Amino acid sequence: MEILIYGLINSVSLALMALGFTLVYGVSRLPNFAHGSLYVTVGFVTWLLLNRLGLPYPVAMLVSLVLIALVGAATYQFILVRIRGMAISEIIASYAIGLAILEGLRWGGLKGTTLTLPVFAQGSVDILDVTVDFHRLLVILLGALLVGGLWMFVNHTKLGLALKGMAQDERAALTLGIDSDRMAVFSMALGAVMAGLAALVLMPLGNIVVESGYHVLIMAVAVCIVGGLGSWTGAVLAAFIIGFAQILTTAWMGPHFQVVVALLAIIVTLISRPSGLFGRQKELEERV
Amino acid sequence: MEAVIQSRRKERVDRGIKVRTDGVYAVSSWREITYLVAPRLLLIGGLVLLPLMLSAVPYWQKVLSIICIYSLLAISFDFLAHFVGLVSLGGALYIGIGAYTAALLNTHLGLPPILTIPLATILGGGICTLLLWPCLPLRGVYFAIVSLMFPLLAARVIEALDIFGGTDGILGVVGLPNKWVEMYVLLGAVLIILFGLRRLVNEDVGLVFRGVKDNDQAVKASGINIITFKALGVFIASAMGCLGGAMLSHLYMWAGISQFALDFSIIPIAATVVGGGGTLAGPVLGCLLLVPISELLRDFGTLRIAVYAVILCAFIVFKSEGLMVYGSRKYQQFERWVQI
Repeated sequence: MEILIYGLINSVSLALMALGFTLVYGVSRLPNFAHGSLYVTVGFVTWLLLNRLGLPYPVAMLVSLVLIALVGAATYQFILVRIRGMAISEIIASYAIGLAILEGLRWGGLKGTTLTLPVFAQGSVDILDVTVDFHRLLVILLGALLVGGLWMFVNHTKLGLALKGMAQDERAALTLGIDSDRMAVFSMALGAVMAGLAALVLMPLGNIVVESGYHVLIMAVAVCIVGGLGSWTGAVLAAFIIGFAQILTTAWMGPHFQVVVALLAIIVTLISRPSGLFGRQKELEERV
Repeated sequence: MEAVIQSRRKERVDRGIKVRTDGVYAVSSWREITYLVAPRLLLIGGLVLLPLMLSAVPYWQKVLSIICIYSLLAISFDFLAHFVGLVSLGGALYIGIGAYTAALLNTHLGLPPILTIPLATILGGGICTLLLWPCLPLRGVYFAIVSLMFPLLAARVIEALDIFGGTDGILGVVGLPNKWVEMYVLLGAVLIILFGLRRLVNEDVGLVFRGVKDNDQAVKASGINIITFKALGVFIASAMGCLGGAMLSHLYMWAGISQFALDFSIIPIAATVVGGGGTLAGPVLGCLLLVPISELLRDFGTLRIAVYAVILCAFIVFKSEGLMVYGSRKYQQFERWVQI
């Protein structure tokens, strides 16, 4: 029972971490390796606004989300757009940006300390003899809301449909008057906001540390690759597979193996089925 | 009034001396020979004399050894990325495996460094090739991501299983006789590998390698097994990395998890981008520039990682050809404006 509940929570957290990454990749084919650093930045900025400027919690969250959207858009607009389409340069450049942000933050005072964000709701509840605190339940709820909201946005708003169109066929989208560069900037901003939302929801469960940036990146990449790069249903499903696999290994073999599971999942998936569970890159299977 | 639009463009023309030295007549005059040999001699002579020049500052001699280790990694990255077409973001795997192999051979079997280093180079290269073998069919982004995961995985597995000394690492590795041996073995290795690889990529094997990079399907259609050639490329590259790792473990008299750290993956890439990919000498140049910067910034802690990440980013976006390509263009060609 414990495994079921914590597995669910873990899976939803993984899905939250991965959504932004898969969104950006799906729309603009840009593997955003700066994803983890955006995640940590939001946590840190919110903490700063909360504790240094004394803003109320909701306002601080909102401001930091807006800021991170701007950061995401600016990174794309000024740096990544120049190397668009050169896959390796994209990886290296975005990874370098992420590294610069993370290590810059570490230098700027975020050193293995005990900065924490307050939880949304205190207290805990017993579900079938398992004690779960309210915040973890909220994670599940918010995660479901976010996935649902994103689905609604993509399928039922004009902007979302434009994004979807670009993801499916960029040239066709261009002929229909969708500005692909603007959409890519927008998707990057949205991806940053998703990373930020994940941070705001998940960070109160732990400390704000730089290492979580790398952790989030590995997890996001793992989930996206197992699910098939650019596929959302795949990502959510993969989040559940990896999430439960992690909880099971923790229960049976110890917490050290948690990350090993994710890394092994990536390697096994790439070797056996490079386009992932729901990947759409069919040509890839012929090529590799 | 008719507006006269004057437009110009830059034209690049090979220097006369460059054209003359392309042929066999290069040996006909000292000037041509100098033109050909000067850049090579500058590099060789510079690297050979550098330890002597730095003898007043022993700390920087140590840095020079580190530069050489990073250079080995950077050359291997450049070779693998630009001649075989496999972008390996996990240089740390080679360093780590080389370091651990050398340390284990030394502490458990009691072999002296003169045996452990060559053995670790060959064995480590073999181990890395075997580990990466299943991933060899992958290309591009996918190989990059898998290779990035391997060093992380290796570190976690050692930590989790508590093998090879666990988080403490392997202590008590024998050091090298003296610092001159350290430096000259490494410098010699860098120079031999650099010029050897430049030869290799122009041989028949090198042609197949480049074929694999540019169009693997065509190579396959010619009846050549691309996996074998990719494996050979990975073996060459990882053996170079393992040589660096083996030297590193004897240098620090220690092998540990931190040798799988991201530093060893990111600095060689940065050096290759800064120095100019596809030139093999460029990465060495990049290391000669970047590693001292990173040493100067040591006081600022992790800021140095941020700094070279920014340098890397700036180069890849604004000057992606790199210094070496830029330099050799200036050396071999002149530019002039022409009216269109």
